[in-house]
Amino acid sequence: MSENGKPGTQWSSWEVFVQAKSGDPHVHVGNVHAPDGELAIQNARDVYTRRNEGISLWVVPSENIIATSPSDSGPFFDPANDKIFRHTKFYSTPKGVRGV
Amino acid sequence: MTTNTEENTRKNIIEFLIRFGDDRLILGHRLSEWCGHAPILEEDIALANIALDCIGQASSLLKLAVEIEGENRSEDDLAYLRNEREFKNIQLVEQPNEDFAYTIVRQFFYDTFAVLYLEKLQNSSLEDLAGIAAKSLKESKYHFRHSKEWMLRLGDGTEFSNQKVQSAVNDLWQFTDELFYEDEINTQLIEAGIIFPADEIKTEWIKIINEIFSRAKILLPRDGGMIYGGRNGIHSEYLGHLLAEMQIVARSYPNAKW
Amino acid sequence: MSEEQKLQEFQKRIDAGEIIEPKDWMPEKYKKQLVRMMSQHAHSEIVGMLPEGNWITRAPNLRRKMALIAKVQDEAGHGLYIYSATESFGVSRQELIDQLLEGKAKYSSIFNYPTLTWADIGVIGWLVDGAAIVNQTMLAKSSFGPYARAMIRICKEENFHKKQGFEIVATLADGTDEQKTMVQDAVNRWWQPSLMMFGPPDNDSPNSAELMRWKVKLQSNDDLRQRFVDLTVPQAKAVNLTLPDPDLKFNEETGHWDFGKIDWDEFWRVVKGSGQMNKARLKARRDAHKNGAWVREAAEAYAAKHKN
Repeated sequence: MSENGKPGTQWSSWEVFVQAKSGDPHVHVGNVHAPDGELAIQNARDVYTRRNEGISLWVVPSENIIATSPSDSGPFFDPANDKIFRHTKFYSTPKGVRGV
Repeated sequence: MTTNTEENTRKNIIEFLIRFGDDRLILGHRLSEWCGHAPILEEDIALANIALDCIGQASSLLKLAVEIEGENRSEDDLAYLRNEREFKNIQLVEQPNEDFAYTIVRQFFYDTFAVLYLEKLQNSSLEDLAGIAAKSLKESKYHFRHSKEWMLRLGDGTEFSNQKVQSAVNDLWQFTDELFYEDEINTQLIEAGIIFPADEIKTEWIKIINEIFSRAKILLPRDGGMIYGGRNGIHSEYLGHLLAEMQIVARSYPNAKW
Repeated sequence: MSEEQKLQEFQKRIDAGEIIEPKDWMPEKYKKQLVRMMSQHAHSEIVGMLPEGNWITRAPNLRRKMALIAKVQDEAGHGLYIYSATESFGVSRQELIDQLLEGKAKYSSIFNYPTLTWADIGVIGWLVDGAAIVNQTMLAKSSFGPYARAMIRICKEENFHKKQGFEIVATLADGTDEQKTMVQDAVNRWWQPSLMMFGPPDNDSPNSAELMRWKVKLQSNDDLRQRFVDLTVPQAKAVNLTLPDPDLKFNEETGHWDFGKIDWDEFWRVVKGSGQMNKARLKARRDAHKNGAWVREAAEAYAAKHKN
């Protein structure tokens, strides 16, 4: 069923992730509309890799994306602020030692 | 004697390149007519991509033809300054778009052939031709995926879409055997190892058509008469109009550069 | 927090150069203005495919034919990117397209003029895309994240549009007498409508102040228009074309090119639907939508049958 639950409309939305080159992560680039996964992949290829932008694609139904909400942002992310031991700057290395 | 054969081969290569180039030029032109009018935005983009591949392939093939010819003509001269009797494309590709089903069926027949034939042609002893074939093969494989998937969706979609595809198949079937048309030009080039017998892929072509038709719930038309002629410049009435439109600017201003 | 406080917080974020994302709190009016702007923009891309598509089948050589197909194809892509940005607000593409087809939505008036000769294709690429780039370069810095991101992508792709347009123009301007006449005629017809693309003058643009306060827009219509004129005049000179405005002259004091009056009555007439091509453009879109309905429906029926 498409958006609005009406058949024959504009199909449903799929989020598109493109891997630019080997070793890169897949990065979100936008969406396409498609009735199913195969056409979503084809459409994503035609829409987002016309200029050789990618070597691999993921598509996922937009409705399956779970996101944090802005009101979450305080309680969700702030606690990480004081865990400086997760960052390299927390640690000191004796002078002259390299490659650590 | 040797020189005669060489000269003959050269002429035949040019003719073959023009035939194959014209197929792609006319098919690409037809596809480009969709631009701005497709069923959904994504499909505007998809059909334009396929059109671009086809015209790009045509351009390479025709360019190689005029290079071998060596008479100071360009691929544009071939595309824009020949009359319909001089065009050598098969009649399938000049058939009008009618509706999305016609476009997909026409494309599916052609793509299936193109993938199988280019697979062979990339081994041509004519290096430039082998190169074009290898590049075109990659593109055609994607075209095939696109038209095949749409055959399935339209064939096995709604009752209405099934009828649309079935009637497009019924109308276009008569043009399919021309894909495999061969004459003395082919025979000579096959002997020279430059091209390959289309016969070799016919069984495989029918097999794929049958398989997709059965999944798409489409019936193979009973073999009626087949229509040929394109390879010798005999066309349906549609081609003249297509060319009139395509060539109008180029022909209205002779010697102008664009 | 009261609405008033929220609004102040919002303005603080904007002033600090923060980017607003769809789920963030925002004034209803901000959202409404953005949906209006983005939908007009997306529709313009889609309707914009038609005047240029009109010449795909007649392009005078293979290279031009391919470039034009690629360009019109890009416009479909750009429409798609911007519809995608409005979808982040929960406004569906279907809803917007329905509004367009019912004649309730606006799109750029420039596309209601006919493309009469091949030179129009060059001049559209040069002037119309040139004007669009000036506008979109600004929008790429807009405060709304999804719109700005779509614009960045679009600007990157559109640079080739302007270049191919100018190349056509330069070729014709350097061609036969007939070609020179053809291209000058196209410039004469497209110059004023291109200036109108930036919208009504600032004193007649009711939304402008608010849009700028919210950094949806960073420059006013008149400033953008001036920038476009300043960029274009030397380009026209370089290819010996005359911009059809006797009042066009360089102002030593301001460092800008002054230009003559724009026919705003004509602008409003076309906006309100009486342009030469308004009806034909909408009909073409309606036909495509109507003729494609069974295709979209078939694909959905197939997907429903083959869900695993």
